[in-house]
Amino acid sequence: MYRTAKGEEIFVIDGHTHFWDGSPANQKNIHGKQFIECFYAYHSNLSPPSEKWEKDKFEKYDAKTMFDDLFVTGYDDMAILQPTYLTDFYKNGFNTTERNSALKKSHPDRFILNGAFDPRDGTKGLEDLHALSEKHKLKGIKLYTAEWRGESKGYKLTDKASYQYLEAAQKLGIKNIHVHKGPTIIPLNRDAFDVADIDDVATSFQDLNFIVEHCGLPRLDDFCWIATQETNVYAGLAVALPFMHTRPGYFAHVISELLFWVGPDKILYGSDYGIWTPKWLIDKFMAFEIPADITKETGSVLSMETKTKILGLNAARLYGIDVEAQKKKIRAGGGYAHLPEAVHAPR
Amino acid sequence: MIDRAEQNEQSLTGRARDRLVDHRQAEVWACLHGVTDPELDESVTELNFVTKADVDPDARVHIEFRLPTYWCAANFSFLMADDMRRAVSALDWVKGVSVVLGEHMYADKINAGLARGLSFQETFGTEADGNLDDLRQTFLVKAFQRRQAALLNHLAGVGHSAETIVSLTLTELDSLPVDDEGGKLVRRYLERRAVVGPVRADAVAFIDAGGARLQADNLSAYLSGLRRVGVNAEFNSALCRGLLSVRFDLETPFVPKSKASSKTPDSQHVP
Repeated sequence: MYRTAKGEEIFVIDGHTHFWDGSPANQKNIHGKQFIECFYAYHSNLSPPSEKWEKDKFEKYDAKTMFDDLFVTGYDDMAILQPTYLTDFYKNGFNTTERNSALKKSHPDRFILNGAFDPRDGTKGLEDLHALSEKHKLKGIKLYTAEWRGESKGYKLTDKASYQYLEAAQKLGIKNIHVHKGPTIIPLNRDAFDVADIDDVATSFQDLNFIVEHCGLPRLDDFCWIATQETNVYAGLAVALPFMHTRPGYFAHVISELLFWVGPDKILYGSDYGIWTPKWLIDKFMAFEIPADITKETGSVLSMETKTKILGLNAARLYGIDVEAQKKKIRAGGGYAHLPEAVHAPR
Repeated sequence: MIDRAEQNEQSLTGRARDRLVDHRQAEVWACLHGVTDPELDESVTELNFVTKADVDPDARVHIEFRLPTYWCAANFSFLMADDMRRAVSALDWVKGVSVVLGEHMYADKINAGLARGLSFQETFGTEADGNLDDLRQTFLVKAFQRRQAALLNHLAGVGHSAETIVSLTLTELDSLPVDDEGGKLVRRYLERRAVVGPVRADAVAFIDAGGARLQADNLSAYLSGLRRVGVNAEFNSALCRGLLSVRFDLETPFVPKSKASSKTPDSQHVP
């Protein structure tokens, strides 16, 4: 919960969080080591110095640390747990639905537990998806298209098997498909970050919402183009947001383009925890204004209403969260007891 | 006792040889400067990717480079390596070029392919279904668009009307009186103009990615459309530079919070 100087309460849903184990003990091979090191480079490069963690904490943090960073120190009211399995890189997986479900169980009003599927898992994978959905009442799925699986180095959403899985998700009432593109796909001569397959499935599956993580970066340009044409394509802000600290001008340009092409109703805040933490991201976001010269060029303004949508209302709509009812539940559970009476006004 | 004159001659020869190597090394770096990262449309040397470009006494060149992450896409990594090899091989004195990529998920495969002069398809076998021509073209078009947008904005900014701009031929653009900044933008644009259409002296200077000439009445909408290409590339460039600097510790090492002055009050949470 973030309170403005005027006393408005902004309900915050963090669209992208992880509870991972990237520790050396869990690493299966060099790729596991390099994967968490790459995340750590993002963290080190884009965090303010006061928010940097030591590497061992970054590799594996405990549930309490995460809870406090999100909901006590941070302004999140709810957080979506997005799994990334990486079972070829990590002995017990990197960040599985199973591992995340412990958090959901301890704090049912705070977390939204998403599942995952991998279209290369065949009939068995479809059965697992049914079971997972039944067990956790899934409303969302996270896909990592660059996941290595044996000889395979990734997949596309337009693969025949992906269609079968998306059809299954639709039948199971899993409406929100979070797509995270990575650097590999077979055949390797193609652009792994190409978002054209999202365009295709968004047209074919009109009842599903496709939330493209990192707003399509490094293909923001192509992503904006498809999101303009598809009513069910959304932008997740992870990776773009921390630029507010290191390179605010770049963030201003990115958010302006997103507002121009995608619009204020289809952009979702996400911290990408533990890569970045909600406290500083939201402090900076609430204080952020698009410079006048960029507004003049794009017409984009980051108004309080737009910030409120991005921080929570858009995700609430996608996940069927009744904000007022949810606030009551959290308050009744003592979730706001730590909050001061006054405000988190931007400085 | 060694003859003094002979000693002088020997050392002069040594110095001359050093000068030759220095000169050649400078030529190699200049060549590499012309090689771009296709995604960012920036020089691989300016991006700090190249760590070594040595010339040995047998006129062989040894290049080493590294990328911002272990996971940088195999196709772009290969393209850059291959472009470096080709560019340096074109120098007439070069007897051989080795290019080695360090600390990368496909380093072994790419380095083996490069050492044998294989194509991308040959290097990756069943993991590829063709070479990189399509990928290269896609990113050349984006580079063209970004350079074109920069030039169009500049020309409009210095007072040329939309009508004037869209009617310029290539010859007229080339001879337009411009300042240093404008001259640089014209050169950069002309370098990529052939990507989208034939370059004849009397051809219109400004065409879109499909080869159609630009229209004065919708020039500003067209520019709004191109703006996102530049924003994307600039963001990616900042990210890549940042990740590279952290990965190879190019900046001041980070002081963990617990070891820095942990008592610094954090007053962002205003009571």
